[in-house]
Amino acid sequence: MDFSHILNYKNFGLKALFALFLAFLSFNAYSNQENATIEPAGAEAGHHAAAEEKFDPTVTILEHISDAHSWHLWGHTSLPLPVILYTPQGLEIFSSANLMDEHHAPKPYAGKYYTYVNEHEHIKVLKADGTVDESVSILDFSITKNVAAMFISVILILVIFISVAGSYKKRVGKAPKGLQSWLEPLIVFVRDDIARPNIGYKYEKFMPLLLTIFFFIWFNNLLGLVPIFPGSANVTGNIAVTMVLAFIVLVVVNINGNKYYWAHIFKPDVPFWLLPIMWVVEVIGVFSKPFALMVRLFANITAGHIIVLSLISLIFIFKTLAIAPVSVAFVLFMDVLELLVAFLQAFIFTMLTALFIGTAVEEHHH
Amino acid sequence: MELVTPSIGLVFWTLVSFLILLVILKKLAWKPMLGAIHERERSIEDALNKAELAKQEMARLSNENEALLKQAKAERDAILKEAKEIKDQIVNEAKTQAQTEGAKLIEKAKLEINNQKIAALDEVKNQVASLSLEIAEKIMRQQFNDKQKQEQLVGELLKDVKLS
Repeated sequence: MDFSHILNYKNFGLKALFALFLAFLSFNAYSNQENATIEPAGAEAGHHAAAEEKFDPTVTILEHISDAHSWHLWGHTSLPLPVILYTPQGLEIFSSANLMDEHHAPKPYAGKYYTYVNEHEHIKVLKADGTVDESVSILDFSITKNVAAMFISVILILVIFISVAGSYKKRVGKAPKGLQSWLEPLIVFVRDDIARPNIGYKYEKFMPLLLTIFFFIWFNNLLGLVPIFPGSANVTGNIAVTMVLAFIVLVVVNINGNKYYWAHIFKPDVPFWLLPIMWVVEVIGVFSKPFALMVRLFANITAGHIIVLSLISLIFIFKTLAIAPVSVAFVLFMDVLELLVAFLQAFIFTMLTALFIGTAVEEHHH
Repeated sequence: MELVTPSIGLVFWTLVSFLILLVILKKLAWKPMLGAIHERERSIEDALNKAELAKQEMARLSNENEALLKQAKAERDAILKEAKEIKDQIVNEAKTQAQTEGAKLIEKAKLEINNQKIAALDEVKNQVASLSLEIAEKIMRQQFNDKQKQEQLVGELLKDVKLS
């Protein structure tokens, strides 16, 4: 059947919607500029009250994509999470519920060693007179919203894959069934389309890492798209998470680098007077590859969240329900796109990891 | 900027949870899963190879069967042909034997007939001779009843003797 005419019609419709959207977007940018100039002048204490009156999408969006010490569920209900602080005097553990009052406004809490306050999700030590004491440096190892969400996804991955591995043991030599048949093509995809072509015959050693990276990123991406409790955290859109993943890739690639890999960095095939420049370039290259991985995943996922939140914010910027259908339509479109991006980014991260490992372990052939 | 400043806590917990996930999954999930997938792929490949071999074997067998069938047919034809030849030969032999046998019998019969004929002729000759003698005797006896005539005859016989 030929649906091309319908497609054309839809394209036309989409174009019209985009035109409309762009009109709003420029307006949105204007309002953002306005807010940006106003915000620093706004008093710190009155901020919460002011936000009730005047909606500031920048603050809301950044709040939503950033980490938090409590997991906001709905209205004034949040899930308190453990705060773990490494202070110069020792470890301090308490519930994040202590750091806010019933209106979700920050409130000082007197712990064992110091008095703490949650200042924009940064735990600070208060002096006796109620001002922030910058001289005391504390390391914050709290189970934040992102950490908790990551734990949930890790448990989910473990439960799913260990049960599927069990069904492999039960159904030896038989065709996959149920969850097994859903996951097997993905595993085979990682093996045949990511690991094998990029790494070569040594791929088997790196399969566990590649599979873990792929499913860790993918599950966290997907959970990040869920707007309610078990999801809603922006785990893979947080620079710390992507930094750790990129760091692991950096370590694995360089530990497995063979003599040809190092020779390519320190003895490249160039005139001798170019060597010092090449060393700099190549050493930067060693770090820039994982750095690109880090930024790519972070930026893609964060951008997706920002777009979805911006579209939702339109309703509150215009303070009218009339805009809601447009917002919902675009959010739906973006969510579907984000489903694709969730998979795509997991795939790209894994594929580039395999590629970097491949360049590190490949045999010399010139 | 806030957004691109990694926080130490999240870095720590990500590292810990990712490494734990990696270790547990490697041991409990990836190894058995990849092993099972690999094993299954190998068994499928084996089965396909075996099927291919079986197909070739079947083709070979059917070829062999065909050849055997052909050979059997040829043998049957040869046997039939030979049997026909033997039959013809036997029939011919019988015919010639019968003919020679017949000819011999006829020959024998002819000989016998001749013998019989000769014997019969001899018999007839003898009979004729004895009959003639009897007749001659009877005639003589008639002639010699008369004395005169006897003397005449003796006289004539004596005359003949003198002459010789």
